[in-house]
Amino acid sequence: MTTPEINIEETGATGVRPLLEIRDLAITFKTGGGDVQAVRNAHLTIMPGETVAIVGESGSGKSTTALAAIGLLPTNGAVSGGQILLDGEDIAHASEKRMIELRGNTIGMVPQDPMSNLNPVWKIGYQVKETLRANGQPSGPEDIAKVLSEAGLPDAHRRASQYPHEFSGGMRQRALIAIGLSCKPRLLIADEPTSALDVTVQRQILDHLDTMTTELGTAVLLITHDLGLAAERADKVVVMYRGQVVEAGPSLELLRNPRHPYTKRLVESAPSLASRRIQVAKEQGIEASDLLAPAAEAAAADNILQIQDLRKVYKLRSGLGKATDFAAVDGVSFDVKRGTTTAIVGESGSGKSTVAKMVLQLEKPTEGRILFDGVDTSVLKPRELFKFRRRVQPIFQDPYGSLDPMYNIFRTIEEPLRVHKIGDAASREKKVRELLDQVALPQSTMQRYPNELSGGQRQRIAIARALALDPEVIICDEAVSALDVLVQAQVLNLLADLQANLGLTYLFITHDLAVVRQIADHVCVMEKGKLVETGSTDDVFESPQRDYTKALLNAIPGAKLMLPPEVA
Amino acid sequence: MVRFILRRLLQVIPVFIGTTLLVYYMVFALPGDPIAALFGDRQPPQAVIDTLRAQYHLDEPFWVQYGLFLQNLFTFNLGNDFTGQPIAATLARVFPVTAMLAIEALAIQAIFGVAFGVFAGLRRGGWFDSTVLVASLVVIAVPTFVLGFVFQLVFGVQLGWAKPTVGANADWGSLLLPAVVLGLVSFAYVLRLTRASVSENMNADYVRTATAKGLSRPRVVVAHILRNSLIPVVTYLGANLGGLMGGAIVTEGIFNVPGVGNKLYQAVLRTEGPTIVSIVSVLVLVFVVANLLVDLLYAWLDPRIRYDQ
Repeated sequence: MTTPEINIEETGATGVRPLLEIRDLAITFKTGGGDVQAVRNAHLTIMPGETVAIVGESGSGKSTTALAAIGLLPTNGAVSGGQILLDGEDIAHASEKRMIELRGNTIGMVPQDPMSNLNPVWKIGYQVKETLRANGQPSGPEDIAKVLSEAGLPDAHRRASQYPHEFSGGMRQRALIAIGLSCKPRLLIADEPTSALDVTVQRQILDHLDTMTTELGTAVLLITHDLGLAAERADKVVVMYRGQVVEAGPSLELLRNPRHPYTKRLVESAPSLASRRIQVAKEQGIEASDLLAPAAEAAAADNILQIQDLRKVYKLRSGLGKATDFAAVDGVSFDVKRGTTTAIVGESGSGKSTVAKMVLQLEKPTEGRILFDGVDTSVLKPRELFKFRRRVQPIFQDPYGSLDPMYNIFRTIEEPLRVHKIGDAASREKKVRELLDQVALPQSTMQRYPNELSGGQRQRIAIARALALDPEVIICDEAVSALDVLVQAQVLNLLADLQANLGLTYLFITHDLAVVRQIADHVCVMEKGKLVETGSTDDVFESPQRDYTKALLNAIPGAKLMLPPEVA
Repeated sequence: MVRFILRRLLQVIPVFIGTTLLVYYMVFALPGDPIAALFGDRQPPQAVIDTLRAQYHLDEPFWVQYGLFLQNLFTFNLGNDFTGQPIAATLARVFPVTAMLAIEALAIQAIFGVAFGVFAGLRRGGWFDSTVLVASLVVIAVPTFVLGFVFQLVFGVQLGWAKPTVGANADWGSLLLPAVVLGLVSFAYVLRLTRASVSENMNADYVRTATAKGLSRPRVVVAHILRNSLIPVVTYLGANLGGLMGGAIVTEGIFNVPGVGNKLYQAVLRTEGPTIVSIVSVLVLVFVVANLLVDLLYAWLDPRIRYDQ
């Protein structure tokens, strides 16, 4: 790939020295198979107080570049060329002693995963205290409480004496932001600071981070895979692809006028840039319904799935044999029309996955009925249940976990056919070849194993496996949320094509409203086990009735960014 | 927490009854007559045999013997062994010796095992790590009695650094050499466990975050790597303390340590039911208390573990 000209603009502030300047940076990892260059010719400039985002997919070198700036590369990685200038001082090869001086009070960090980045054995207050103490700040109980409450933790005094496992994900991330900003650094490295959080919590945390860094005048280096989020939060965006900076510039300009082919693809497929994707989704919808028109009219009121007053109660044990009831799903009713896509959206803990499990007959409902093609599924005998499974197939979230690593791809896709005793060996092989064609994978993939495939390829395999039995309904439980945006867009297009060609019905479980907009005809919004809003996708997106739905919609990063029509 | 401790102590009762019953029955079922063994080659008059049998209740059925044993135990009267010595006095003599030996061995394992393990784990693949790993493998592979005799010969006899045998008057100094031998094998396991745990925790996200906060390397190691790494090690050490208190028959034999292992071995040879079961009873208590301590230490090291819920 040729490197296009990169325009390093030092916008506006002429005469002001950049806070961080990365020049020609190269980073090499020593691995068993020789040296691997993870980053090449990376350029980046951050002025004091400015927010710059690095956008790219996993493996693009965006996190590696940021970690090099704070001297935290993994032990087998090293800067093999170029400079990292902090206030004019090259810290690419600075001593460990110098880096310890800089970390905390000059360069702070907010890491990605709030679940694993706090030490589980120390109280939150202590983890703040040692940060303050190491950087020569006052570290009394009052100072700790102040730091925590500034990061938006209510009741900071009491919270300081709790352990991380007593905090929710959002609260832990606030604690990590408190730690990152506690010594008022001049540069904050925020590495996907909210990607592990629910979308509404994500918005609150990012808003708070914005406010705090603006008040303190802290420059921010934001690492994200979400172009919409980057454009919304940063002054400048740097796009990285396969270890190189392929494009850089002011956020909106880069969105409106992407020059590098990769950036163009990224802008086209960014699900969060909702205003542009709607049309594509609508077009697809029209095409699909045109193709299906005769069948769809004939079966106008053909509900393949009817969920009636579904309820699932779990017993939570609270010691000494006492148990409290917890309704994970509480009185949920909706219908799914044949040949359409219905999405269930909600945050983690809203009960959406539990509904999917009950529809798949993997969990027994406590109350209520699930009618499949008019038949109550709870009264199915084992033999009928076996037949039912042939008609309803799942695709799960994690393509790394849902494929058996010891089965090659042929065996993975062929297994359901064999289990259901369909055809002979020759016809089954023919079917597997057809399925691989359908999911746009070469037939040579048959001989390979899951660990030899990328995440997107594996999810295609999972789709092929689900299609093997010619099912009528496919339940997608967060089927695209583990994928990078470009791959996600490909998989969504594939699902839409398959629906158009095969008349499939999808029940799509997701937390990502941007994905819903692209794929769904109907939306069910769930909150705390209850169905709070339901309607056609257009109605729900254009005039949401409930505050909860509005909050979810507002929280889509980049939702407010308006793009000029020519790009759309 | 108090509830938890009480509940754990109450569990002692069934464990205690179960183990003593089992051990008592096994001794009862052993072939051979302990009274006949007492007289060796001589043939005592039948009247003497009968008197002795009655004195030790050997003529009673199993349940009566076991019942009498429990009764004696709860009145703190353990009775006499077949040589006429009070069993309580024997226990009071042998347990302190073994306790001293066990504590010394445990200290050696814990201090050196953890220290070496941390250094090896922090520089995984370095020269220290490689050397220590090979050495620990040798220690694990060589049987204790070989190690015992070699140490006795080299350090006790040839170099004269320590007394080759302990004898009647055991003290900390004279027990050091057997303690080293006893501790060595577990030392190797502690070392490997610590090393694996440290090198795994080194790459934990929270360790990177701790470094990013600006903490010095020693602080990161002590506060964030070491404490988290100790959790599995403590479990192992606790289980080991129980084992060490049971006495090491081989080591105590080689160094002639008048401890529990030696005494138990002799009692088994002589089919002395009351002595064996008395020793086992104390051992059960030691095991339960040691495990309780491990659980409490565990909860202190890892706040996610709470016993009240």
